[in-house]
Amino acid sequence: MSGRYFALGVVIVALATLPYWMTGVYYVNVASQILFYAIFALGLNVLVGYAGLVSLGHAGLFGVTAYATGYMLQLGYGHPVAILVALVVSVIAMAMYAALSLRSTGIGFIMITLALGEILWGLAYRWISLTGGDNGLSVQTRPAPFGYSLSDANAFYYATLIVFLLSLVAISVFVRSPLGAALKGTRDQPRRMNALGYHVWGIRFIACLFSGLLTAVSAILFVYYTQFISPQTLALTSSAEVLLMVISGGAGTLLGPIFGAGLVVVVKTVVSGFIERWNFLLGAIFVAIVILMPEGLVPGSVRLWRLAWRKRESAATVVSGGAEAKS
Amino acid sequence: MTFWLVLTANSITFGGLLFLLSAGFSLIFGLMRIPNLTHGSLFMLGAYIGATFVIGMFGVKLNFWLAAVLATLSVAFLGALAERFLLRRLPGDQLAQVLVTLGLSFMAADLCLIVWGGDPLSVATPPELAGFARLGVLVFPNYRLAIIVIAAIVAIALWLLLERTRLGAMIRAGVDDPDMARVVGIRVSQLFTIVFALGAGLAAFAGIIGGPILSVYPGLDQDMLPLALVVVILGGTGSLLGSFVGSIIVGFIYNFGQALLPELAYFVLFLPMLLVLLLRPQGLFGRHVP
Repeated sequence: MSGRYFALGVVIVALATLPYWMTGVYYVNVASQILFYAIFALGLNVLVGYAGLVSLGHAGLFGVTAYATGYMLQLGYGHPVAILVALVVSVIAMAMYAALSLRSTGIGFIMITLALGEILWGLAYRWISLTGGDNGLSVQTRPAPFGYSLSDANAFYYATLIVFLLSLVAISVFVRSPLGAALKGTRDQPRRMNALGYHVWGIRFIACLFSGLLTAVSAILFVYYTQFISPQTLALTSSAEVLLMVISGGAGTLLGPIFGAGLVVVVKTVVSGFIERWNFLLGAIFVAIVILMPEGLVPGSVRLWRLAWRKRESAATVVSGGAEAKS
Repeated sequence: MTFWLVLTANSITFGGLLFLLSAGFSLIFGLMRIPNLTHGSLFMLGAYIGATFVIGMFGVKLNFWLAAVLATLSVAFLGALAERFLLRRLPGDQLAQVLVTLGLSFMAADLCLIVWGGDPLSVATPPELAGFARLGVLVFPNYRLAIIVIAAIVAIALWLLLERTRLGAMIRAGVDDPDMARVVGIRVSQLFTIVFALGAGLAAFAGIIGGPILSVYPGLDQDMLPLALVVVILGGTGSLLGSFVGSIIVGFIYNFGQALLPELAYFVLFLPMLLVLLLRPQGLFGRHVP
């Protein structure tokens, strides 16, 4: 256990000093992206990993927050008001989203969330007077909390890191709380949980709200990072990307989605440098992971490695057994 | 008055196309219990392959109907391959199957972009249907009327297939109770491949038939998939009648929405879906809640 805390300390120190050992605005920006996408992936993981509900419309919710922030700023409100309004709008949107999609679980849930996500995308794309359509909305300035401007890449990185660590603490407290345990119960044995007197729907609803809140937090960071939002942000591709982060790292684990976010962002930024066809690669990785390593890359590689190891061992015993039989 | 009549006729045409698209989606869903997220891509792929031959892009120029048949058959074959070699590897794991179809849809969209580029292709109306028909005060393109007729013929053929043939009886048995169907000796996994190929072919056929009115462009898949989803949520899964009624409803809502509230056309679709989800989660004609 102390080893784990030591490792955690090393990681936090490494992250806190990142702009000093990884010089270059480009790399610091990639690190910021990984951190806010990790918050998004952690938010989706609350549903996918701990509630067993696969949402394919999360990019729609992400977009609602992003557009709400951008629109409030365009109306001339200050950053605190814009952020506050965006958070409130997001929670309301998530409550509606959850009320509709929680009528079903499993495949039905996927279908309804997919349809809702596509409808939100369609709204962003077509409701030009509000969203600017294909031209998107741009955000002119980044906020300056406590008089500390975030327009610099390093400053933005630190703000993102703080929000990321707070989100990570929030989610680990949530997962270890009785509510988190109950949520895992509703994932594995909904009928027994119901018989035990738990309000299964209510627990799932709260999980949705929590997931929506994390999504909103990452979306606000995203808006300030890119300073631009377009309907592409809400597309099914984006929902699939974040789902890929969750399942590639390992759904239902705390560190998996963070690892997955790192993997997807790095592959995307590095690969898109010399390949235009990022979507093809995304699809291929998706198919390969689902078929070959459904439990995620980290647990999956461990399993494949063990399997290979065991095969070698069993091959060795067969050989020695054969030798004994001969003698 | 003419405006409303034209809008109504257009809605029925679009509903017919949607029926061709969503009948297969609904059957696949009913039998395999998964929403096939490649369905929009199959529609687009059919449209692109058909358009290639109609335009004569790679030196081979064919008659429209021949091109449509070729597109249908080739996409049906691709569908069968995907089912047999990818989805079959994940038996019973519906979540993984859905994710595989999602991954495949991205690969298909990007492949289309590589092969056919980003510019929209327009498909010429077949010359024998180029004119206009006069129906009272309404002047309506022959081709759109033909789509309605084709959709009706396909609907009847599918109904006959499902209700009057041995294969149809096996499919219905598989939809109602796959385990029991297996026990009485129906090879349900073989049915999966057949139904998947049938659904893929129908989607591709819808794609090329819709080509002259929708044109073919990157992103067509993402425009059509949600419509198929809404049709099936409305009509219920695994029911031919459900996808028929659902398609007509969505055809009307979408066209009237486009004309009257262009900015909110997508949002208007959401209202009937909401009502059905609240009042009848299995859909209007569905047998089980998905």
